[in-house]
Amino acid sequence: MAMTIHCDIVSAEQEIFSGLVEVVIATGALGDLGIYYGHAPLLTSLIPGPVRLRVEGEEEEQVYYVSGGYLEVQPGVVSILADTALRAGDVDEAAALEAQKEAEQALANQSADFDYTRAATQLAEAAAQLRTLQQIRKKLGQ
Amino acid sequence: MAGGKEIRTQIGSIKSTQKITSAMEMVAASKMRKAQERMQLGKPYSQRIRQVIGHVANATPEYKHKFMQERDVKRVGFIIVSSDRGLCGGLNINLFKASIKAMKQWHDSNVEIDLCLVGAKAAAFFKSYGGNVIAAIRDLGETPDVADLIGGVKVMLDGFSEGKIDKLFLVGNEFINTMTQNPGVSQLLPLEAEQSEDMKHHWDYIYEPDARDLLDGLFARYIESQVYQAVVENGACEQAARMLAMKNATDNAGDLIDGLELIYNKARQASITQELSEIVSGASAIS
Repeated sequence: MAMTIHCDIVSAEQEIFSGLVEVVIATGALGDLGIYYGHAPLLTSLIPGPVRLRVEGEEEEQVYYVSGGYLEVQPGVVSILADTALRAGDVDEAAALEAQKEAEQALANQSADFDYTRAATQLAEAAAQLRTLQQIRKKLGQ
Repeated sequence: MAGGKEIRTQIGSIKSTQKITSAMEMVAASKMRKAQERMQLGKPYSQRIRQVIGHVANATPEYKHKFMQERDVKRVGFIIVSSDRGLCGGLNINLFKASIKAMKQWHDSNVEIDLCLVGAKAAAFFKSYGGNVIAAIRDLGETPDVADLIGGVKVMLDGFSEGKIDKLFLVGNEFINTMTQNPGVSQLLPLEAEQSEDMKHHWDYIYEPDARDLLDGLFARYIESQVYQAVVENGACEQAARMLAMKNATDNAGDLIDGLELIYNKARQASITQELSEIVSGASAIS
């Protein structure tokens, strides 16, 4: 029997995977990682990409996509804290600006004008998603 | 038969109100179950991330992150989580009372206050009450997204790291059971590290790329997940409170209808009696 480690993939909104696996393959900020039993303690950020799990007693690999997050390796336990949202500096900045603008709007009177900031944020989000898709496509070699 | 018709229309309108409130009660009951599930789903993440932060704090004691440092308090931040909609009893008002009480303590010791408001009800309340609102988040709907919260939380976190805010609090409703929801104030920043004895032996992570950047990201996500939890919990509270409020409204409408029907029947009987006595006295006058 192969040596197994416990792997948990969680996001803020739900638990995605929990169970024993033989190997975890994830895309770290500095390159791909393959984690087997007995890996040294490690903390790394993940960039958008697939997380592949070889689950104990299963032929097929399980693949999950995470749009970034963090990976922690403890003796015998791998935790992946997945982001549910696409995170990038400019998108976060846009969201922060929007929240500030929302505050001003909430205090002033509501107007039914075309909401420029909202549209700009949506555009930034769409662009980030497009980037992720391109990365995933490149990674899968299609 | 004086006012008979008016009473009938009044009963009719109360009956249709009762139908609406009882429908809302049932809708809230089913939404509450879903909201409670959502509350449970988010828990593993915040527990894990707290563990990781605890590990990091214990592993590198020489580097203390700014989010863990206590400093003199000149300005505090409050994140207030309210609901977007009303008709949920005293839920929001109790929350605002609790936040004003907490804010007053700081105000009395000459500490200034910045507010981040989640939910339309908080925005409406603090618009009339006053206060320095620096961020607002609204229209989260039934299924809130972490993505919707990032902006508002970032404003507060930036304020903290730039030294504008020295303490950050979260005010939200705590779901105890269907009948009780309590407003609560909890401190988000600075964060107190858990001291665990089994972590004392010296070890450290391999960091990729860099401990500081990793910690920055982790802290932001931890705070976001705490705020998300508060929002989801508030959602469950809102539905439970609405269910209760609508149940009371339905019951009250029933009482009103009973009372009005009694009055109506009395008026009807009185008019019949009057007509009869008129006929009888008329007949006796002829014969």
